[in-house]
Amino acid sequence: MNDQSPVRGGPPNLVQRLAVATPEPIAGRVRGLSDRSIAWLFIAPTIVLLLAINIFPLIWTIKLSFTNYRANRPNAPVRDVGIDNYQSILTDPDIWAAMQATAHFVFWTIVLQTLIGFTLAWLIDRKFRGHGFWTTLILIPMMLSPAVVGNFWRFLYQPQIGGFNYFISFFTGLPPSSFEMIGSVKLAPWSIVVVDTWMWTPYVMLICLAGLRSIPDYIYEAAEVDRASPWRQFWSITLPMAMPFIMLAVLFRGIENFKMFDMVNLLTSGGPGSTTEVASITLKREAFEKWRTGFSSAFAIILFVTVFGLANIYVKALNRVKQR
Amino acid sequence: MSGETTSAKAAGRTRLFRRGPWETLATIVIACGVLMLLQPFSLALYTWSFVTTLTGVVMFTIVSKFPE
Repeated sequence: MNDQSPVRGGPPNLVQRLAVATPEPIAGRVRGLSDRSIAWLFIAPTIVLLLAINIFPLIWTIKLSFTNYRANRPNAPVRDVGIDNYQSILTDPDIWAAMQATAHFVFWTIVLQTLIGFTLAWLIDRKFRGHGFWTTLILIPMMLSPAVVGNFWRFLYQPQIGGFNYFISFFTGLPPSSFEMIGSVKLAPWSIVVVDTWMWTPYVMLICLAGLRSIPDYIYEAAEVDRASPWRQFWSITLPMAMPFIMLAVLFRGIENFKMFDMVNLLTSGGPGSTTEVASITLKREAFEKWRTGFSSAFAIILFVTVFGLANIYVKALNRVKQR
Repeated sequence: MSGETTSAKAAGRTRLFRRGPWETLATIVIACGVLMLLQPFSLALYTWSFVTTLTGVVMFTIVSKFPE
């Protein structure tokens, strides 16, 4: 008989002896914990961590957004300026221009990624020979780090040695060094659109592919029986049934591109001039070049509320997809 | 009699405060705010965009607690 097994009427085993040895108040406290209390005990570290790294900085940023605080002058007196920072941001034509640059970037990346992504998904869904290989190949850009992508597209965009200019000149006949993607005021906004489209179209393709694969075959079979043309099947079955998934991809890419920073910062740093200065680049300049911490906090809160609003719509769309 | 009136009122209130339509309205307000923020046509619309988005977000947060 081992030490752990209780024997009725026999000598007390190890557990019983330990229970007797434990002082009564502690044992009572541990035994008295309800399931709910134990659950709270387990999730408490996560909640504390969440409060420390998410909620506290958010509340601190909201507080700073109503002051004239500058992080490079920590000893200077901090004055409460009310909603002046918000007022300045929302009446500043330069920040409005940054918002328009963001809008250009977000709009065109979403349009191109949705069109190309859906077309690729539709083609991959045909299940042709070697479609697994092509799917893997198409997904590669998505797996790269934005820092790597930003750096190597900088080289690709070089007018003298970059491959992109030679690629364009092959199709258009223009001399490769006759145009500069990153240096030109007209082409620079498109250069970031091209790179983001190249990188994130596979992601949209994956979501669209999930949507296309969720359409049951019997609907197409019924359409075949009714002699619906492939074109009619596409417009009446494929597109409407894949639409919630497409909306999901559009919203997700919209949110991500609205706060895009790393790739644009590496590729153009907002230049030439401020033609590619998207909102997050302006925020970085205000916070860490001009050191207007209060002002940039207010700007961050404006961007946060916008992204939070978009995320609400995203969750609503996600629930609609789940209900299907 | 008064019990029936009370329950009819409660049913009317439940009908009025259903989540679906209110959430849709809040979503439209948020979308309007975002469009106002990003549009290139009017500085006045840009100025009022944040208030509109914030209204939509607060509204969404409240109405998402309404019954189905």
